[in-house]
Amino acid sequence: MRTFRIGGVHPPENKLSAGKKIETLALPKQAVLPLSQHIGAPATPIVKKGDVVKVGTQIAQPGGFVSAAIFSSVSGKVAKIDEVVDASGYRKPAVYIDVEGDEWEESIDRTDTLVKECTLTPEEIIAKIKDAGIVGMGGACFPTHVKLMPPPGNVANILIINAVECEPYLTADHELMMEKPEQIMVGVSILMKAIKVSKAVIGIENNKPDAIQLMAKVASAYPGIEVMPLKVKYPQGGEKQLIDAVISRQVASGALPISTGAVVQNVGTAYAVYEAVQKNKPLFERVVTVTGKSLKNPSNFLVRMGTPMSMLIEAAGGMPEDTGKIIGGGPMMGKALVNADVPVCKGSSGVLLMNDKEAGRGEMQPCIRCAKCVSACPMGLEPYLLATLSAHADWERVEKEDVMSCIECGSCQFTCPSHRPILDFVRLGKGKVGAIIRSRKK
Amino acid sequence: MSLILIAVISLGAIGLVSAVILFVASKKFAVYEDPRIAQVAAVLPQANCGGCGYPGCSGFADACVKAGSLDGKLCPVGGQPVMAKVAEILGLAAVASEPKVAVVRCNGTCANRPRVTKYDGARSCAIMASTYGGETGCSYGCLGCGDCVAACQFDAIHMNPETGLPEVDEDKCTACGACVKACPKSVIELRYKGKKSRRVYVSCVNKDKGAVTRKACSVGCIGCGKCVKACQFDAITVENNLAYIDFTKCKSCRKCVEACPQNAIIELNFPPRKVVANAETPSTEGLKAAPDAAKAAPVSQKVAEQPKEEAKA
Amino acid sequence: MENKLIVSLSPHVHNGDSVQKNMYGVIIALIPALLVSFYMFGLGAAIVTITSVAACVFFEWAITKFILKRDHSTILDGSAILTGILLAFNLPSNLPVWIIIIGALVAIGIGKMTFGGLGCNPFNPALVGRVFLLISFPVQMTSWPVAGQLTSYIDAETAATPLALMKQAVHGDAGALAQLPDVWSLFLGNNPGCIGEISALALLLGLAYMLWKKIISWHIPVSILATVFVFAGLLHWANPEVYASPFVHLFTGGLMLGAIFMATDYVTSPMSHKGMVIYGVAIGFLTVVIRTFGAYPEGMSFAILIMNAFTPLINTYCKPKRFGEVVKK
Repeated sequence: MRTFRIGGVHPPENKLSAGKKIETLALPKQAVLPLSQHIGAPATPIVKKGDVVKVGTQIAQPGGFVSAAIFSSVSGKVAKIDEVVDASGYRKPAVYIDVEGDEWEESIDRTDTLVKECTLTPEEIIAKIKDAGIVGMGGACFPTHVKLMPPPGNVANILIINAVECEPYLTADHELMMEKPEQIMVGVSILMKAIKVSKAVIGIENNKPDAIQLMAKVASAYPGIEVMPLKVKYPQGGEKQLIDAVISRQVASGALPISTGAVVQNVGTAYAVYEAVQKNKPLFERVVTVTGKSLKNPSNFLVRMGTPMSMLIEAAGGMPEDTGKIIGGGPMMGKALVNADVPVCKGSSGVLLMNDKEAGRGEMQPCIRCAKCVSACPMGLEPYLLATLSAHADWERVEKEDVMSCIECGSCQFTCPSHRPILDFVRLGKGKVGAIIRSRKK
Repeated sequence: MSLILIAVISLGAIGLVSAVILFVASKKFAVYEDPRIAQVAAVLPQANCGGCGYPGCSGFADACVKAGSLDGKLCPVGGQPVMAKVAEILGLAAVASEPKVAVVRCNGTCANRPRVTKYDGARSCAIMASTYGGETGCSYGCLGCGDCVAACQFDAIHMNPETGLPEVDEDKCTACGACVKACPKSVIELRYKGKKSRRVYVSCVNKDKGAVTRKACSVGCIGCGKCVKACQFDAITVENNLAYIDFTKCKSCRKCVEACPQNAIIELNFPPRKVVANAETPSTEGLKAAPDAAKAAPVSQKVAEQPKEEAKA
Repeated sequence: MENKLIVSLSPHVHNGDSVQKNMYGVIIALIPALLVSFYMFGLGAAIVTITSVAACVFFEWAITKFILKRDHSTILDGSAILTGILLAFNLPSNLPVWIIIIGALVAIGIGKMTFGGLGCNPFNPALVGRVFLLISFPVQMTSWPVAGQLTSYIDAETAATPLALMKQAVHGDAGALAQLPDVWSLFLGNNPGCIGEISALALLLGLAYMLWKKIISWHIPVSILATVFVFAGLLHWANPEVYASPFVHLFTGGLMLGAIFMATDYVTSPMSHKGMVIYGVAIGFLTVVIRTFGAYPEGMSFAILIMNAFTPLINTYCKPKRFGEVVKK
């Protein structure tokens, strides 16, 4: 069975919410929609206080090429445009909407019928994806339309669908595949058309045999789409790792993934593309896994953007007494949240509650140079060295040791027997070196 | 005997050859250097802190000699006396400059600014700042991990374990600016040291709206602008909900200190105010006291809380 | 919620590994060899081992507390115990207690704590201790008791080790190689030598355990053993009269102990797999060179220490294979 070739770890899977049907969550009283839900420039609001909006009404337009539009997830009145503490832990501008009823834009097709036919041209598809505000649903939130337009000189020849869900605990993509396989396939076909390729591979880790089986069965009716089971190894969901696993080609350091001819899209994105292109439904809701060992009912919810995390937790059995940490996303790459009122965004794949015992980090000990981080690093870096150099602020050498290749997967820190905050320091170095490189370009 | 002779001769020969090589090399490869660079470097403190903006003391000496004017050049460690010596060596006019000192513009002590989360990462302000806004509701203030302390070469800044904030030792601070660069939140600023080390400054850098600030910290600046009205010298501006006192314009009248409803403006090293009995009309009393303040005997260097408490009373 | 939420950067999970687990894992891997040493040398092995461990732990504690003045004691992390056992394994079973204590002081004091304690030492502490003793007390350090004297300690009867016989052969003693025990008894450990080095079988069991538990990777031990085998084999093939067979080389002296437990010391070995192989090959080569052509009969300790010195250099020049360097078709 295929997998990527360098490093990797095996965190305990803990897929507590596997097999739980996707439930639709009730509407919040107020939806808070941050203007920066994606990588790139924040969106510019086009509504003002007092404006009446419907579900699916555009409330902000992209703030640049690498940016995405934002749509109202509820119907009601714009209460204010203020700040909210988002997953970054900082206050960022957001649109607050007081919910009144649930009135959708008329253009949206709310029926369940599967629309297979798509007669649009690639350009029209991409324009539609852009106008629906779709971003990568795996967590990085890179605007999808940008990825579908390869820079000149690059030609895509394969579409890889990321359905590995290598993060422990998360099951949102898994459930989506189990419940909406046909829609996903149509979405994949549309994406293939958009980038003009005839071949697509859906990579699924073999800890989800039911999904592999179902998807393979459904895919047989769609020419060019193939399901590839992959060996379970973290971080297989990393774009570069997935390309290596599927087509055995490694993106050169500093190059774009498209240089290998592959375009990678998340399975959730494929579903969102289906809804946007075939059903005229912009991106304003998504599947979120709510999970945790102390949580009563780990679940998968279909949630409107802007719903506070606390509502999801409440619906999954309430906040356990011993909660020590709330994580937005998975345990390997997710962000610890400052409070439970952080709103669900386009990239919120899950909410993980950790109890007191799990939440804290282990006691730090001196580095014993065991080289386990070096073996674990999927990018072939030397995390111990990068961390030490960063701690000593030797940015020149940090850059020389390829810190910018780091994908921040956390495998190094996960394996470190000395419980050292390796990735904390590597991130610091990455940030500083990134700034130095940018200033050099100027 | 011959053994000793051979040894002496051979060693002597090696020595001679080496000496010749060294002599030739020193003549042949000699690089002319303006002797004044060495002279200037000799009077510099040799702390190599980089506070002047040049790479080390020799870099600064080189720049001074080549520039032909001392305009804009200051060794913050040596200060005025050293610059006077440099001017003398180079035969240039010394440019007067006011001595500066590092000022921590945050008073978010554990009591003033309650902690709402617990940070569990590497003890580094830079890393904490990349994680989130900090353990308190204020995402602008001091994070308390002590990057500034680590950056200081002069042992002039220390964390106070009680307040969780760094404190500057004025006697040791050379205003080299290392802590200013190290602070990811730009809490520390170099300000004029002031006469008898008396200074007035806004001890807050929070740009949130007043209501948010007030919730996060009991001594945060809410940008109400009362200090702006109180100031007669146009030294105070409010931008992004935050007041700032321009130290080049401030005359240390201390009126703003009384005007501030949040006690966010701090007066440092002033003698105790004469009349504090009547809490109803502190502003007029303070007005009288202020201009005379310079004449009063200087008090101890002990900083931070005391003056604020008095101002409150 | 009253208790404050914890905030930190990802990852938020850990695989549960710790320094202690690794150290005690190595100690567990040493148990078979320890049992063999008790079986072969009895009382002497017990005295030497216990003294060495106790002295190492004591010095670590004392230096941490009184000289470095750190509040945090590191004696429980198992590294001092491990150093103690490894030092004992490199000593003959009839060594007087006071010499062992000096060895422990040098190992912990000079070999480890002077550099800042665990993780900072450039040289393997146990080997620093052993080599110091070997040079300072050559007579005591090279009189090897014959196996099987369970109740004797200082007074044990001694004999020449296989390595000494091999050296004699190189120096022209034609009959020396014939006196070597057969390979099988060397493999099991029935021959004179240091406490822990005699039984290749027990040490290989330890290696298997460590590989299974993923405490170490195969690169260092395999490259050392393979190099010794090949190099000694070439010499033997060139002149079997003078040079012993490669199997004898593999199963005698400290080779197994060194290759499996000393050279693989985390702190002093290279970080990349490529570097580990270079390091291992160099150790294997140096060992055979010293054994065959050097002044000392055994070269393992010196070879490892020499290569320890090269570890930083290897780390600088042997980078792991970076992702994306694979040349595209």
